[in-house]
Amino acid sequence: MGSAGYTILSRGPIGVSARRSIRIALFLLIAAIVPGNSADEKRIAIFAAATTYSLPISDRNGVEYVGLLEAIEPLGTVTSRNGGDHWKFRYNDADAEFMVGSNRAKIRGHDIDLSGTFLLENNRGLVPVTSLSTLLPRILGVQVTFNPASRRLFIGNVATHFTAQLSRTAPPRLVMNFTSPVNPTIATEPGKLRMAFNREPLVAPGTPTLTFDDKAIPSATYLENNGIAEITVNGTVPLMASFSNDRRTITIAPTPQQAAGPAQPAAVPGALPAASSAANPVAVVPPVPRHFFAVIDASHGGDDRGAALSDKLAEKDVTLALARRLRQELEARGMSTMVLRDSDANLTLDQRAIFTNTAHPVIYVALHAASDGNGVRLYTALLPAGGENNGPFISWDTAQERVVPISRTAAQAVAAEFQKKQIQVRTLSAPLRPLNNLTGPAIAVEVAPPGSDVMDLNLPAYQQNVASTVATGIAAVRDKLGGQP
Amino acid sequence: MIPRHLLIGVGVLLLAVLAMGFYAGRMRGRAAQVAPAVADTRPVAPPATGPTEQVTLFVADDAAAMLRPQAASIPLPSARQQRAEDLLRALLGIYLAKTSPHPLAAGAEVRAVYLVDPGLAVIDLNAAFANGHRSGVLEEELTVTSLIQTLTANIPGILRVKILVDGKDRETLAGHADLSDFYDAGAVSQLVAQMESAQ
Repeated sequence: MGSAGYTILSRGPIGVSARRSIRIALFLLIAAIVPGNSADEKRIAIFAAATTYSLPISDRNGVEYVGLLEAIEPLGTVTSRNGGDHWKFRYNDADAEFMVGSNRAKIRGHDIDLSGTFLLENNRGLVPVTSLSTLLPRILGVQVTFNPASRRLFIGNVATHFTAQLSRTAPPRLVMNFTSPVNPTIATEPGKLRMAFNREPLVAPGTPTLTFDDKAIPSATYLENNGIAEITVNGTVPLMASFSNDRRTITIAPTPQQAAGPAQPAAVPGALPAASSAANPVAVVPPVPRHFFAVIDASHGGDDRGAALSDKLAEKDVTLALARRLRQELEARGMSTMVLRDSDANLTLDQRAIFTNTAHPVIYVALHAASDGNGVRLYTALLPAGGENNGPFISWDTAQERVVPISRTAAQAVAAEFQKKQIQVRTLSAPLRPLNNLTGPAIAVEVAPPGSDVMDLNLPAYQQNVASTVATGIAAVRDKLGGQP
Repeated sequence: MIPRHLLIGVGVLLLAVLAMGFYAGRMRGRAAQVAPAVADTRPVAPPATGPTEQVTLFVADDAAAMLRPQAASIPLPSARQQRAEDLLRALLGIYLAKTSPHPLAAGAEVRAVYLVDPGLAVIDLNAAFANGHRSGVLEEELTVTSLIQTLTANIPGILRVKILVDGKDRETLAGHADLSDFYDAGAVSQLVAQMESAQ
């Protein structure tokens, strides 16, 4: 398939970009539909806001190469020309120039080092795959995240997160919630249900192996390879998957005949033997230490711009930048995190609460930004009236009630850190959803400018200082929150 | 033969008709250029007549990020519901003044307050109030708590407060303060004290 692709991609002279576009489209189409040894073929998956595509990888002298034009063409209009050993192309206002056999390129007038030499085969420019993370940000002008091990490249703020929670019903159900609609390829084999996400920018959960302490569905694993993310749910009974919530939720449960049949205690590798004594029907399982896992929520996003901090600065952009910095700071302190909104996505308040409650973090931190006042305001939930709990059912509106004291402890610890740095800080309750809908400790941080200029909210140094202080405060109460490093 | 004086009279009348038509046409053009009068969206002032009463308004202060109790003497009717509406309109009068410590959007108004037994007050704001409100956790919280605390401090028996906008449920005031739930009067009172003690 690769060589066929080279033939199709043979380029004409300058000014035939339309013909070239058609050829590239044909190449991508053929690459997508021609059956072959696709399972063995090396590919790179590229995820952008507007499109997702995968490209074949070519090995040249032990180095993995990819066609640069094919990597950029789906994102916009590209023109190229070939003059002897020189190969030039233009994407929007970005000019790039490569020289055959050289490991240096010039993009927007700046020299860029490649991780291998540039190759030109049948007028098709090939660059080392590992150079894409250097080349694409310069050419496209947006942030690019590349995972070379799994060959998955994310352009801009695209990411689909997921949570998995076992519902201990009879039969048990594993409910997986995704931040965007998903359409995986599902395959089953004895003891496993595999979901391959070819087109979704799925990102890894806090830990690659999720354990559920259940005999029928003991665990699930997350794996990325050759551009594809795969979730494997391990079961001791045949499993089936069903979709709901506009394909944002996948529920995995034993197949009906298994669920209806007599309970057969299946052998679970590594499981404790079932208690045989009638006098002691419940096996005592030692408490599993809770892993320190924080959920960071960049408030607003998508159509909801939040406060218009200035003509050019929207609250949603500041909260996203703060969330990423806070993630870095928490992870630097040994705490794993999940950023609820790691792109410019729409998330309702209910969705934020559902994702957080199913993820069971030891703390949830919502980030807001304001143009009025100075310094930082820290909020815990102001619970609304009503909301009676009924047995095991907790009222949605006052789900936070039982953990308000712990949330306040966390807020005070963070406030103490701000005071140490002499940053103005106030701690208050606030009627701010989804704080009241969360079952675990939860705080909100509202960041105001350090001085009179609201644009200072965008200063990297200020954001880093705020993020670092919040992380230090949370780390200080790690024990009280119940998380283990 | 038509008499001469009659011809002159008809001619003068025709000239007058033409002149009046020309004048009316110009006046119409001018009227079209003049912008229509802007509706007076200021809240209705409390009734100027009737006995005045001493009340406490809880006025939001952006600079101090707290509510300041402010004594006021305003004429209030005897009907409970009408009193509640007039109280909040007096409060909005402060916010809409030029020297407001917590400015609200022009046209912000309390449409009505409904007191429903047992202990529920429903405040119905107009769309201009919410649509023009500044967005921010603290700004919105100050507005909401100011309305609720002013109401509960002066009208006994209110335990819960619900805020509507144009008679309908709304998720938040301006992106932050929750309007979907019922406010607990006691919890708001504690929050007001918390704001004060944090100074």
